[in-house]
Amino acid sequence: MLRYTLKRLMSLVISLVVSSVVIFAVIEVAPGDPASFMLGVNAQEDTLAALRAELGLDVSKFDRYLNWIGGMLVGDFGTSYTYRTPVSQMIADRLWVSLPLALYALALSTMIAFPAGIYAAARRGKPGDLAVMGATQLGIAVPNFWFAMMLVLIFAINLPWFNAGGFAGWESGLWVGLHSLTLPAIALALPQAAILARVMRSALLDILGEDYMRTARAKGLSRRQALWRHGVRNALIPVLTIIGLQFSFLLAGSIIIEQVFYLPGLGRLVFQAISARDLIVVESVVMLLVFAVITVNFLVDLAYAAVDPRLRSRT
Amino acid sequence: MSRNLILGAALSSLVVLAALVSFIWTPYDHAALDIPSKLATPDNTHWFGTDHFGRDMFSMIMVGARTSIAVALVAVGIGIALGVPLGLTAAARKGSWLDEVIMRGNDLVFAFPSLVIAILITAVFGAGAINAIIAIGIFNIPVFARISRGAALSLWEREFILAARVAGKGTARISIEHILPNVANLLIVQGTIQFSLGILAEAGLSYVGLGAQPPTPSWGRMLADAQTMVGIAPHLALIPGLAIIVTVLGLNLLGDGLRDWLDPRIRVARA
Amino acid sequence: MSLLQITNLSVEIEDRPILEQINLSIDSGQIVAVTGESGSGKSMTALAVMQLLPSGSVQKGEIDLNGQNLLGLSEAQMCNLRGAAVGMVFQEPMTALNPVKTIGDQVAETILIHKATSPDKAYEKTRDVLIRVGLPPDRFPLSRYPHELSGGQRQRVVIAMAIALRPKLLIADEPTTALDVTTQAQILGLLKGLVKEYGMGLLMITHDLAVVADLADRIVVMRNGIVVEEGETQHLLSNMKHPYTRMLFEASGHQVELPKTPKPRVLLEVADVVREYRLPRGRLFENPKHHRAVDSVSFTLNSGERLGLVGESGCGKSTLTRAILGLEDVQSGQIRLDGQPVFTGHKPNLEVRRKLQVVFQDPFGSFNPRHRVGRLITEPLHLLETPPTQAERHHRVAEMLTAVGLNPDDAGKYIHEFSGGQRQRIAIARALIIRPELILFDEAVSALDVSVRAQILDLLAKLCREYHLTYLFISHDLSVVRTITDRVMVMRAGRIVEQGKTEHVFSDPQHAYTRELIAASPRLPEIKLAKTSY
Repeated sequence: MLRYTLKRLMSLVISLVVSSVVIFAVIEVAPGDPASFMLGVNAQEDTLAALRAELGLDVSKFDRYLNWIGGMLVGDFGTSYTYRTPVSQMIADRLWVSLPLALYALALSTMIAFPAGIYAAARRGKPGDLAVMGATQLGIAVPNFWFAMMLVLIFAINLPWFNAGGFAGWESGLWVGLHSLTLPAIALALPQAAILARVMRSALLDILGEDYMRTARAKGLSRRQALWRHGVRNALIPVLTIIGLQFSFLLAGSIIIEQVFYLPGLGRLVFQAISARDLIVVESVVMLLVFAVITVNFLVDLAYAAVDPRLRSRT
Repeated sequence: MSRNLILGAALSSLVVLAALVSFIWTPYDHAALDIPSKLATPDNTHWFGTDHFGRDMFSMIMVGARTSIAVALVAVGIGIALGVPLGLTAAARKGSWLDEVIMRGNDLVFAFPSLVIAILITAVFGAGAINAIIAIGIFNIPVFARISRGAALSLWEREFILAARVAGKGTARISIEHILPNVANLLIVQGTIQFSLGILAEAGLSYVGLGAQPPTPSWGRMLADAQTMVGIAPHLALIPGLAIIVTVLGLNLLGDGLRDWLDPRIRVARA
Repeated sequence: MSLLQITNLSVEIEDRPILEQINLSIDSGQIVAVTGESGSGKSMTALAVMQLLPSGSVQKGEIDLNGQNLLGLSEAQMCNLRGAAVGMVFQEPMTALNPVKTIGDQVAETILIHKATSPDKAYEKTRDVLIRVGLPPDRFPLSRYPHELSGGQRQRVVIAMAIALRPKLLIADEPTTALDVTTQAQILGLLKGLVKEYGMGLLMITHDLAVVADLADRIVVMRNGIVVEEGETQHLLSNMKHPYTRMLFEASGHQVELPKTPKPRVLLEVADVVREYRLPRGRLFENPKHHRAVDSVSFTLNSGERLGLVGESGCGKSTLTRAILGLEDVQSGQIRLDGQPVFTGHKPNLEVRRKLQVVFQDPFGSFNPRHRVGRLITEPLHLLETPPTQAERHHRVAEMLTAVGLNPDDAGKYIHEFSGGQRQRIAIARALIIRPELILFDEAVSALDVSVRAQILDLLAKLCREYHLTYLFISHDLSVVRTITDRVMVMRAGRIVEQGKTEHVFSDPQHAYTRELIAASPRLPEIKLAKTSY
């Protein structure tokens, strides 16, 4: 188990290093000098040089990379080219919207998908199964941002249950914050829940054909008992993979959904930064997203080992 | 043939047909402004109504189908053209450093969702349909690499591959002659699914302004334009959304149907 | 009154008759063996008693257990009976256990699900049962997972689950088919002991007539869903009435006549071959351990000779086979065919390849399902320096298909149109088409029914006469090797422990392991039978 964890940890670190190099390199390719962009075309050469030194742009590329990474490790993401404020502060504020939104959506998606998938698998071929499968087929086809607009149309414009957009802020209380994230979370969660429910169902159906399910039945377990006691845990193995993948889709998806609801999250930040050519902000937000995805996949690997004893002892 | 296959093929061909026909005919010029008849609801003259500039929605949907299909199709092409050879090579050299490098590279690309790639590209080179294609295409590469490697690995253990090796055939030749035809079905099915995901991704990118730029019509941007008016003219949002749903649903049904149809599972009782 | 009485049982699945008018009875303490080839319905009979038939099955007749007709019971009532009144053991121990639960939990589940005792007592009982089946908790703690056990040990766990509540009836469906002979002997001994000790009735499903004859009190022979003959073992063995029963017994002990071997000329030389695999490290920073799959193996094979290689699973015979085929490199030693090395890295040496072909075990996995038989058979022609013309190809395909007893027209068909036995014929045709100097038969008849196996053995003998084959016949089945080879090698733990003339080795084994192997193999009783033709 220790070996397995260390091996995964190694690969986590390598992935982070390589992806940071890739992100840094891509941003480096960008044409233009941030300092002249910030000060305008008429700036004096010495003011430009001073600004470059202030922004840490006057050293070699290699040193700049090390400064960037070194800074990030201690929470210093540099200074925004446009706002002249610490990037870490800007990101931290926005993260308090985006991350809860993604987690809220993940929780909703899992809570809907698990029962739906198990229900459908237990009633394979019967009307209940067909209804769930039809609904999920539709759910996969719906773009989440369009679904979000429809939710606004129904629950904010026609029915006064929610606000059409904006975020009340956590200062006004947990409940108020959650309330303003509810429509976005539903919009994000339902299409993902449709995928997850299908994966759960097909994983369970595969397992229903396994020899050990027949063994369980021969012991005297009813169909349902066998499904719950021996099926669900084995089905978790493929389902975990999808949950891991979904987290990255949810994070990325939240960037789009934030546009629909005018939420002050990472998405808004990154689009503002792109239009203002505030590349250091883009760079840091992208790195943060990639970091989140890689870390979640690492956690999924650990969860595998918790579910499957064969992984614990093998490598 | 199953109901899924027929319904899926019908919906998909409907959309493809609309895109093709738009090259020679649309009811109106999709870009022609007609302010007096703006925000018209669907009726006999404008089947899908008009937008806030009075442009004919039906024509825009037809031309928008072109953008969606082109982006998704090229992106799937990139994924197959690069991903499948990588996957087959990794499988043929299983356990070697090459396999390790390819698979780790795959994992790395998986850490960059296509939206993130699109953000990076746009930040550096500016927005455009090409960026959307590259962003979705890059993300498709590991998908196809992984699926072809997985299928190829189990095939390499099969005795008919051993027999081919005993017949003196090299790895490259076996990969092309024996492995590829046996993973083709899987690739077709996955290709259909990635195609539909590509349509969704393109719509999302256009919606946030990272995809096709004006004046190229696209479903995602139509939705972005509709957003501020969703209260007064819901059809502006409804119609492009339904176009996306019909296309994606059609492709998914087609994929499911193809999977069942291409995989007859010639089962022979063994015990 | 019998413990189990099956009366006029018929089963249909989607309008296809599976079982027709089956009658069968078992008394307490009695072992009844149901035997037959694949498709005979023997496993379906077992599943019918468990009421675990595939969905869509329609049953008629009666299955009385202790005087209670199971067909009249509700699903909930059946759940109460399964595991408590009737237990079942399956064929494939590798997949019959849930990989993510400990063996203790899985055995205890039988006890807990029937609420036979309180939970802590259940684990006490689990320990006792595992001791009874030969898995004492000091060596096999309850916290073990299935993947940490060998096949034989897993089968003991499955048996423990089935007998934990001392059911009156135990059903065993091919319980030893997936196991090695020595393990098989132990498991059969265990089952026999349990029947005696608990006074259970045992319904044993097996295709292996030697096992049947050795173990059963009564024999039921089935074919195509019908009981063709049934009787008390000794009586049935000495008075077989039905021709099918006679054919089965004859085919099981089928003997063939091989032509004389020509003057010896060394063809294959295997000298001091070692093949090691690195094992995954048990602990971090521990030096990696190595498993010696093949350990200093040396032998020669003469042209025209038929050499056998026997051994149990994991003895290294598959690794050795792959090495001889040049599919895998060896760490040290040499394998030469006609003086040339067989392994040449990724660039195969056609010169050597041309002289070497193989027939594998699995008649279903040996062919690319997307190619026609004509193309499948001609694949080795790729090895020839000058590729034959189209007409020449056709001619060769037709000749080969005829030689293996198929029709030249079969060249245009796909592989799924053929039965297992026919596929093995096609595999032989593919191996033979370039007239190799040496053919490897890797468990080539192990997956076949006895009657089909007998036919393939006859075919091999015929081809030996017509084409003067030289082959290495790798098998775990001693009776087959005994009749189809001139010389035999016995392999164990990577080493060849004994080799010599086949008859000598079998009639006067020198090595202790050979003796153990021969003793463990169930033997067909000597029965006088008229030669049957196929």
